[in-house]
Amino acid sequence: METVPGRTWAAGTVPHAVATAGAAVAMAGLVSGGLMDPLASLALLALLVAGYLWDWSARRVAGTAGGARSAEESSASVPLTVFDALPDPVILIGKGREVQAANLSARELFDPKMVGADLAMSLRHPEVLSCVDAVLNGQPAKRSQIALPVPVRRSFEVHAVGLADAKTAAPRVVLVLHDMTLATHAQQMRADFIANASHELRSPLAALVGFIETLKGPARDDAAARDHFLDIMQSEAERMSRLIGDLLSLTRVEVNEHVQPREPVDLGTLLCTVAEVLSGQARARNMEIRVSVPETLPAVAGDADQLSQVFQNLVDNAVKYGREGSAVEIEAIEIERIPESGVRGVAVAVRDRGEGIPAEHIPRLTERFYRIDKARSRSVGGTGLGLAIVKHIVNRHRGRLKVDSVVGRGSVFTVYLRTAQRSGSK
Amino acid sequence: MAQDHIVKSFDEELEKLNNVIAQMGGLAEAQLAESIEALVRRDGDMAALVAAGDKQIDALERKVESLAVRLLVLRQPVAADLRSVLAALKISGLLERIGDYAKNVAKRTIALSQMPPMEPTHTVARMAGVVQEMIKNVLDAYIARDAEKADDVRRRDVEVDALNTSLFRELLTYMMEDSKKITACTHLLFVAKNIERMGDHATNIAESVHYLVRGENPEDERLKNDTSSLTVMDDNIPEQE
Repeated sequence: METVPGRTWAAGTVPHAVATAGAAVAMAGLVSGGLMDPLASLALLALLVAGYLWDWSARRVAGTAGGARSAEESSASVPLTVFDALPDPVILIGKGREVQAANLSARELFDPKMVGADLAMSLRHPEVLSCVDAVLNGQPAKRSQIALPVPVRRSFEVHAVGLADAKTAAPRVVLVLHDMTLATHAQQMRADFIANASHELRSPLAALVGFIETLKGPARDDAAARDHFLDIMQSEAERMSRLIGDLLSLTRVEVNEHVQPREPVDLGTLLCTVAEVLSGQARARNMEIRVSVPETLPAVAGDADQLSQVFQNLVDNAVKYGREGSAVEIEAIEIERIPESGVRGVAVAVRDRGEGIPAEHIPRLTERFYRIDKARSRSVGGTGLGLAIVKHIVNRHRGRLKVDSVVGRGSVFTVYLRTAQRSGSK
Repeated sequence: MAQDHIVKSFDEELEKLNNVIAQMGGLAEAQLAESIEALVRRDGDMAALVAAGDKQIDALERKVESLAVRLLVLRQPVAADLRSVLAALKISGLLERIGDYAKNVAKRTIALSQMPPMEPTHTVARMAGVVQEMIKNVLDAYIARDAEKADDVRRRDVEVDALNTSLFRELLTYMMEDSKKITACTHLLFVAKNIERMGDHATNIAESVHYLVRGENPEDERLKNDTSSLTVMDDNIPEQE
């Protein structure tokens, strides 16, 4: 089932048309298994949509599309209809290119308030609009492929299919976007992984080979040199193993970056655990880690393991780059709106008192293998991937990472995360 | 949006104007995304397609102009309605400029694809990623009439400027190390500059959105962080990878 995006099938919550829901589940299985031609699946989908439409027109009796819309919105997090249970975004469009209905997946991905307005207001990719326009102008169907680069790169196969219905208010186009992200980007990610790995592993490996040659040759009987070389070899080997570990975890995050995790995570416990894990390391540098989390802090939506990796990396950096004897502070607060996305959330700041980071380096910190001071990074055991991993995990959570720093004073890394949805409300 | 007007067609015309701006924004976003993809993949053919696609944006700009003029003449809007029309005119002009810069990136990509690959290309792509996010967010802010979101976009411009400065230094170092790389580096410098300008235009659009929603210009002066014009290469060149 790996091509099905991360929504679980809530067949049990579909109150009606259980047989149709069964068909939808079976269809998703077949498509993801590659057993079924996407066009055939589209035909089946059209059937499902027809079922939905019947349901939809019945609801329209109650009033205008606006009435139907608010009824849908109140049930946003629990798929109530077969239409909402479909994992791919499906949009029904009228003759003026206005969105008449959009399933849960479409509303989540594009705009919760997309129903009622022109399609361009929520989904303005020119390729999609030209497909829909072509079908509105009489073509039976149109297919294309698009990539949406922001916030996380996703690619979709676009299917616009015309519906023949004489009634003026009836939908004219069914627009289905089939998620192809995994298939399209897996190849690219593998290529990146190999390119990075081969480039970055070459230098420790070259060092190892060099020392082995010296130990077998000129330094064969030099006990002092042997011990010294073995120490260096050990640290180089350890660096390689850390590097491989980090590269693997980065790849693991990237593969799933388009799937937003939604489990509720209690940050208070998580941050205390992170502080405890790193307290030994801090004590060694005569430093203290202070955690300040209000009791009322709401849970955030996320993946606990990955979030603990985020804060572990940030606090680990703060301990490494903070001045000896200074304190590292972790502070979490609830905020009204996360910059840019504008939704409610939690901000976690990790503060260190160190040398600070010059402004021109700040936006490049999350680049993989970008190091301000190569020698220093190596001496504290950095792989050059820690912040890249942080950035990708935060991206996956649709959060934000903000870095502020004053040279000579210290740096603050702030992570913004979305609050978990309480079940039943959105 | 504002409350409905007695003349229904007036609302429809305003809505139409919004739709065309959204469509234009979608085109500008796609042009930028594709020009950068062509740059990273060193795909001259794809870049040529992007360069040719600029005409569509120009056509939409003319459409916005004629719609706006029609609205101004026939309806003589005031207050919020007038601001909507003025903002639409201004934003369409800025989006058209963004399209022009994307076209220039595409043209330079055609030249760059004939030269050996350059490491800083990836940094340019990262910078473009930030600008892509800014453009997307500012268009979303325009559509949702969300002044706070627009203000967030304005704050983001500092990041682009810092990246541009850092790239400028990096490329200068490459050129000093190897004179054979000067042509390619110069093209990349201009590509970076184009992207930086697109970021500035996204910021300008954000200011228009703020004005459109609040009826006044944003208060605080934008933080400026572009010192690349002041960068002097001295003896301690920053270490590069």
